[in-house]
Amino acid sequence: MPVYQLNVNGKKTPVEVAADTPLLWVLRDHLRLLGTKFGCGIGQCGACTVHYNGVAVRSCTMPVSSVRDAEIVTIEGLSANASHPVQQAWDEADVPQCGYCQAGQIMTAVAFLKKTPNPSKEQVETAMNGNLCRCGAYHRIREAVLLAASKK
Amino acid sequence: MPTYTNTRRDFLRKISLTGGGLMLGFKWYSARAEMPVLLNAADPVVAPVFNSYLSIAADGTIHIFSPNPELGQNIMTSFAQIVAEELEADWQKVVVSQAPLDTNKYERQLTGGSGAIPHSWMRLRKAGASARYLLLQAAAQKWGVDEASCTAQSGFIVHKPSGKKLSYGELALDAAKIELPKDVPLKDRKDFTLIGKPIRNVKNADIIRGNPIFGLDYYREGMVYAVVQRPPFGMKIKSIDGAAAKAMPGVTDVLQFQQNVAIVGKSTWEILKAKKALKVSYEKDGNVESTADHEALFAQLMKSDKPTVHRKDGDVDAAFESAAKVIQSEYQCPFLPHNPLEPMNFFAHVRPDGVELVGPTQTPQRAREAVSKLLGIPESKITVDITRLGGGFGRRLKFDYVLEAAELSSLIKQPVKVIWTREDEITGGSYRPAVRYRFEAALDASGNLVGYKLRGVGINAGNSTRQDNFPAGAVPNLRVETVEHVSPITTGAWRAPITNFLAFAEQTFLDEVAMAAGKDPVAFRLELLDKARKSPVGKITYNIERFDTVIRQVAEKANWGKASKGISQGFSVYFSHASYVAQVCDVVMKDGKPSIQKIHAVSDCGQVINMSGALHQVRGAIVDGYGHAMFGKLSFKEGQAEQQNFHNYRLIRMREIPEVDASFVDNGKDPTGLGEPALPPTGGAVANAIFKATGQRLKRQPFMDEPLFKSMASEAE
Repeated sequence: MPVYQLNVNGKKTPVEVAADTPLLWVLRDHLRLLGTKFGCGIGQCGACTVHYNGVAVRSCTMPVSSVRDAEIVTIEGLSANASHPVQQAWDEADVPQCGYCQAGQIMTAVAFLKKTPNPSKEQVETAMNGNLCRCGAYHRIREAVLLAASKK
Repeated sequence: MPTYTNTRRDFLRKISLTGGGLMLGFKWYSARAEMPVLLNAADPVVAPVFNSYLSIAADGTIHIFSPNPELGQNIMTSFAQIVAEELEADWQKVVVSQAPLDTNKYERQLTGGSGAIPHSWMRLRKAGASARYLLLQAAAQKWGVDEASCTAQSGFIVHKPSGKKLSYGELALDAAKIELPKDVPLKDRKDFTLIGKPIRNVKNADIIRGNPIFGLDYYREGMVYAVVQRPPFGMKIKSIDGAAAKAMPGVTDVLQFQQNVAIVGKSTWEILKAKKALKVSYEKDGNVESTADHEALFAQLMKSDKPTVHRKDGDVDAAFESAAKVIQSEYQCPFLPHNPLEPMNFFAHVRPDGVELVGPTQTPQRAREAVSKLLGIPESKITVDITRLGGGFGRRLKFDYVLEAAELSSLIKQPVKVIWTREDEITGGSYRPAVRYRFEAALDASGNLVGYKLRGVGINAGNSTRQDNFPAGAVPNLRVETVEHVSPITTGAWRAPITNFLAFAEQTFLDEVAMAAGKDPVAFRLELLDKARKSPVGKITYNIERFDTVIRQVAEKANWGKASKGISQGFSVYFSHASYVAQVCDVVMKDGKPSIQKIHAVSDCGQVINMSGALHQVRGAIVDGYGHAMFGKLSFKEGQAEQQNFHNYRLIRMREIPEVDASFVDNGKDPTGLGEPALPPTGGAVANAIFKATGQRLKRQPFMDEPLFKSMASEAE
């Protein structure tokens, strides 16, 4: 099996897996970075969202062979001590119910706010629409993204 | 490398750390609110009678072990708040952990029925108050002063005249030696500083960091992964060709157990890939059903002359014969999968000396009983650790996936983690049952509701009605009955079982009846309640005044009858589990289509424990109720679900949510639960508002399949 030199959370990490292995399962099964979640496996729910050179992508549909030397950042690598303003806003707005989708929500929000630092409510809704929250915590997710924007 | 931390070993370690401190046991769930009793701190784990632990370590840390599964209802925070309130603890020093299954120490370790808070409320308060009392005694004795001159404040006992103070950590050891009196004073609710306040989820820190706290995150060195191919409903295995799958990289086993075929291997992706190469053919083994056939089935069940009658008041037939006006209406809903975002999964290690089970379950006790029965191993040799649940919605009250893990581990003699995919979740069973209801109402010449008939026909629904539901009690002649069809399509509890759709049907029908009687829907409900108050008929299970109050409050808050131009309103109210929720939905027309703008909700769940969590439950339940009424659809063809994943099974997303204006009745009553109650009324409020706006009655879910919404649904896709 091929060996891939991945750049995950600022660390060069070799992994030996089949070329079609989705980044999600490399992170979870091989690197034990378990914050990135499996929800649907077809890029529809957003629970597996990570950053690929700063862009939010669905790791469940991204084969490891296409990652190359891109900078991958997962929820674990977002900040030291949950100090990122989006993580702080998530706590302040008390967003989580079950919490399972929240890493993906946070990763989507961080990438979005980088591009759109002062979003409108409608822009937030459009940006976050791809991330499912089965508990229906959407009101607070929206509130937290707007709160994080106001903190910067 | 991060590892899963919430293990039995960790639990025991935390317990033993508290040795030397103050440790109280109390029953979280028993029917009687017994007093907590001091435990032997040196050997707390084997204390035989007492059920959970509140412990105070020498450094002042308050450990609270939460026995029942956490799935987002935020019970870990609410339970701890109640204890800490009465204890006068410093909230910053409270640490909450999930306790493993332990039937010697806990009762009813279960998440379901919106029941945990109502059951535990007094017990938790007494536990906190008892500890406070002991700490206060210990300080007073130490200082040689009158206990009346001491107060408990934020983790300290303070001697008011001298200003001396000692921390709970410093007092814990002495407090543990004092005998507990029969009764201790509880705080007056006007002095509450934690209960009723918005307190952030105690597990936020783990969640925003992505810490591995869920079942799917659990990992054990040496374990293998397994995925399972299950048969369509009503079919059994005819033949298996597993050779190609077995030959694939990373696959260690392909094996049949029951009517399932498992692919076992070293990593998740490798077994998912191999599952696609597995060839299993099936043959008929009973009814093989399709949704298309269920239409005719429902019609036939509606005609059945052998219904089960659940309630009968007065003479219904006579009332209908002499009625001035009769209204009849039918409502229908499809099966629904639960779709918690964390798929089903469980870890099992069946060893010669016992069984270890770890994972997300709403019912660890029943899961263990079932594993014991399946494997013929006594329950005393089976341990269950409860991870955080990535949602439940009733799905994890079933333990089929726990049995799969246990059976597989026993067959392959290895620790194994069974993982369901999203496709498995949607196609693999245990659904909200599909049901049709027929309502009939008889009105007299003055528009009084004098007769009421409800027949529920359901597929594996059990009793698909709740026969004592309002307006029972307010109608002199009433009959509620059901007819049941038994099907191979498996069903189970789905958040607010039965009432998640029944409430929609009842509240929409009452709207229809109000219109037919020429009455305002809110006034019509109040009039019926007044009849129940003045001339009650038969058994009344709801509290008329609490019902009345939520109706009046939501009408006032939503400006019922006086809404701004362009806003059409619909009303709904429900007594669910033990709480009361009334809703008004605001709809506006946009480009000729109804758009759901806002839902006003007034809930009476008695004392709110955590205002942040309570708002979350109400908003989430409304989003859940509206989303599934609008989009939720599962259909079958020859025993197989026709939807497989989120590309063709639609869940509500952020752009589709209504605004929610939620408030609570502050009546000082004991708490009555809030995990489910705000969901049932939502569909009815929405449908009644849409009727007001368009003149069209929505009688079937999902609404998106109704002519009114067909075009909207296709636009969104």
